[in-house]
Amino acid sequence: MKIRLSLNGKTVQSDIDVRTSLADFVREKMNLTATHLACEHGICGACTVVINGAPARACLNLAASCDGQEVYTLEGLRNDPVIQVLQKSFHENHGLQCGYCTPGMLVSARDLILRGRARTDQEIRCGLSGNLCRCTGYTSIVRSVRLAAEAWESAKRSSAAEPSSVELVTAGA
Amino acid sequence: MKASAFDYLRPSTLDEAVAMLSEAVASGRDAQCLAGGQSLLAMMNLRVSSPALLIDIGRLPELCRVHDEANTTRFGACVTHSTIEDGRSPDPSRGLMPKVAENFSYRAVRTRGTIGGSLALSDPAGDWVAVMRALDAQIGLIGRKGRRVVRAVEFTTGIYETLREPDEILECVTIRKLSSSSGWGVSKFARKTGEFAESLAVAVIDPAQNHARIVLGGVQGAPINLARASDAFKQGAESDDVRCAALHDLQDSRQDFDEYQRGLHIEMISRAVAQARAS
Repeated sequence: MKIRLSLNGKTVQSDIDVRTSLADFVREKMNLTATHLACEHGICGACTVVINGAPARACLNLAASCDGQEVYTLEGLRNDPVIQVLQKSFHENHGLQCGYCTPGMLVSARDLILRGRARTDQEIRCGLSGNLCRCTGYTSIVRSVRLAAEAWESAKRSSAAEPSSVELVTAGA
Repeated sequence: MKASAFDYLRPSTLDEAVAMLSEAVASGRDAQCLAGGQSLLAMMNLRVSSPALLIDIGRLPELCRVHDEANTTRFGACVTHSTIEDGRSPDPSRGLMPKVAENFSYRAVRTRGTIGGSLALSDPAGDWVAVMRALDAQIGLIGRKGRRVVRAVEFTTGIYETLREPDEILECVTIRKLSSSSGWGVSKFARKTGEFAESLAVAVIDPAQNHARIVLGGVQGAPINLARASDAFKQGAESDDVRCAALHDLQDSRQDFDEYQRGLHIEMISRAVAQARAS
């Protein structure tokens, strides 16, 4: 089946087997390997990407269903200011060890921050409950996200005076 | 794991989808409709389910709309959980549905999973199945022979079993609007945020519409309508009397509960009722 979609801001076309998941499509066909696969049934969150502006499991969406849709993987969010704040915070706060869960953590945490749902540790823990980490015990991940959220909020406040300094990569709503 | 091979069709209208499904079923193919795919694709990846044909109805405009009418709100089957959670659709339930929607599974699943898909699957621990029973919702089905409406309390007949025929598509769910004097409570127990409920109690009372119902999900079959407890709840009985009535209801259900489960269910029921009364 031929599909055509917007992937990381570029239109791509491909001929796929219809059973190909979005995760296998971006990894195997598009060579975008930030999207990790572990459980392949929606529990671990390592494959979380952005479809039409909202976080989604790349293992639980068919590439065929994404025909005509807009998809961002972590690679496509490298210039996204929230992702940049998160990456810095994960780096500084030991928010990763092996790094397997990290792409999904970053995409999910970005969504929490953009929706204003990273205000407390409790909120972050609930918000990240669909992303499993087997190294860190979550403490440093939660701290990374909370400090990133604080940094983001303060960047937003200072940019209110200077609106052009923070520009969101538009991944939809 | 990966799903086994299947064929894939994406109709552009509901009529086309109905025709594709009925043709496939008539020719003996194991065809399934794909809405958000958040359960179906997981089950296919685990090879618990291996349909020969998927008919992707997830983007059909007819199924993605919400119609707000005078006394009811009709949700198209493919309205996502996050649409309800975010309040981007009218809410006939005065806050119950958004509250429920934000408390199951994970955001990255709720953005794709749909209310109709959840009802069509009818996982016994699924939240919508119990909530739609408590709200006395009506489920709309469409097939080659036309449309029909089934009450939510009758729709789910067992574990993953419903009154939907293989050649029918769950089209919509219609919910009567709660009145300003109504109250609701919902209490859920899961060991981890986002997991399916070990126990889920939903209590809705709306004296203006002579409606009071307590439903218990997370049991070994379809959610249980607690008839005696609902009556006691409606009549404003003391909470101990509601608990006592609920215990009788659990016995009447002829399901086996061990002491832990019974205690857990009764506690969830009590909390839901207390919340409904306080609201």
